[in-house]
Amino acid sequence: MMNRYGFRKFKNRLFFIICALCVVVAVIPLVSILFEVVIRGAPQLSLNFLTAPAAKGGIGQAIQGTLILIGLTSIIGIPIGVLSGVYLSEFGNNRYAQSLRTINNILTQFPSIIVGITAYGIIVLALGAFSAIAGAIALAFILIPIVTRTTEESLKLVPNNLREASLALGAHNWRTTLSVVLPAAKNGLVTGVLLAVARIAGETAPLIMTILGSRYFFQGFNQPMAALPLEIWRDSLQPYPDLQAKAWGAALILILMVLIINVAVRLASRSRMKT
Amino acid sequence: MMTTQEQNISKTIPNQYPPIIDAAAKMQAINVDVWFGQKQVLKSVNLTVKPNTVTAIIGPSGCGKSTFLRCFNRMHELVPNAKMAGQILLDGENIYSRQIDPVQIRRRVGMVFQKPNPFPTMSIYDNVAAGLKLTGVKKDKNLDEIVRHSLERATLWEEVKEDLKKPGTSISGGQQQRLCIARAIALQPEVILMDEPCSALDPIATAKIEKLVTELKQDYAVVIVTHNMQQASRVSDYTAFMYLGELIEVGETRQIFENPKNKLTEKYITGEFG
Repeated sequence: MMNRYGFRKFKNRLFFIICALCVVVAVIPLVSILFEVVIRGAPQLSLNFLTAPAAKGGIGQAIQGTLILIGLTSIIGIPIGVLSGVYLSEFGNNRYAQSLRTINNILTQFPSIIVGITAYGIIVLALGAFSAIAGAIALAFILIPIVTRTTEESLKLVPNNLREASLALGAHNWRTTLSVVLPAAKNGLVTGVLLAVARIAGETAPLIMTILGSRYFFQGFNQPMAALPLEIWRDSLQPYPDLQAKAWGAALILILMVLIINVAVRLASRSRMKT
Repeated sequence: MMTTQEQNISKTIPNQYPPIIDAAAKMQAINVDVWFGQKQVLKSVNLTVKPNTVTAIIGPSGCGKSTFLRCFNRMHELVPNAKMAGQILLDGENIYSRQIDPVQIRRRVGMVFQKPNPFPTMSIYDNVAAGLKLTGVKKDKNLDEIVRHSLERATLWEEVKEDLKKPGTSISGGQQQRLCIARAIALQPEVILMDEPCSALDPIATAKIEKLVTELKQDYAVVIVTHNMQQASRVSDYTAFMYLGELIEVGETRQIFENPKNKLTEKYITGEFG
């Protein structure tokens, strides 16, 4: 009897050890990348590095470009994504919506290089030039399906009896959605949107085909523009150590930007617990 | 469960209220049939709701009483695959006629649900004002007064007057249900439908709601669905007994409970099945 019990304890411990080892294996690369980026990137940081353009040894134009891209993409993509999610959740009880939902789920996993080539084909070639707006549209293609999906899912978590309560008061469907359902789903919505923004902030492939990259500060929405992922990609391929060092610095800044967005996500989801 | 013989009895019962329009009725259901998909859940139900009375609908679970209630303010239409035939009159006018917007009907016929459902993102004040705001009634100078009056009417004012800014979900379950009643009252409806309003509440909260129901009939016609027979006998003037989608018997509450004409009603009242 004791022997059998001992064997069970051994199996239990073995399972625990295997799980713990797997976590270590999963975390080592992440931690080492973070560590390496901080070690190599931190020495680059200076006011000049953050604010000056390429000609003066900074990445200011890339930071500015990424912020403009995030803003522009959000303006284009978030309203479309949120409203699509509202449609699928509140009015999506038909075959048309079923197929839309399936297509949307495929799009959330779509290879971003293909999005980039598509944007190149239909926008860059049509306008005849690489441009900031083409990049924002390409990123919006990536953002919209994610926002649509998270919106739909957070709206579906809103209990049906709230919709009924509003409709029973004689409110129209659209009014119920705007004034009752969306506010009740607000926290989930904000979380989904911020996660999608964090995702597009780091996209590189679509930008190669659309905004091209630039050594100068913002020139106009119809002109090529710089962005942090492009800066990292270009500089890290150069044979010159100072440009490589710049890429490390840019990588650190990009990680910090995504981190800040993630902290914002945490704060948004914390307020959910209060209510 | 019932024997086949008893089921046959229930099917041969003639309609107690033939479809004659009752001019004194506030609301009247005439030959209401309802299907969910292929399944018929209400079979030619007739019921008259008189003004300033409480009408209770009783019956075992699944007999169609909630479905029937939801026909009275067209909430029933929101269920996918639901079909309905027959008429429901409000002041003699068929609420299912084509010219009528269900939204208008729902403003005149308020509803209180089984589980208290105040809007969690709104304050107590905004919950009461929600009906007016959501239906686009212009910002009324008297909004404060309407909110206060509705809360007083729902006997909740004294308990929440200091906390009007707090979330509607911050108060107890019984208070939330009275808040929902205040929310319905604020629209000044003509009829209030209640779908087992006490089934999620403790006995003390239930007693308060029951007292409130008997007070509300001064101003409104109330229809209350309950599977608590004692509750029906305490609060209602008229009682309708439903079984398997049919209205078996309807009459004055006292008569239904003391001297039911139908054998099935008697069996249900005495607790032989349910």
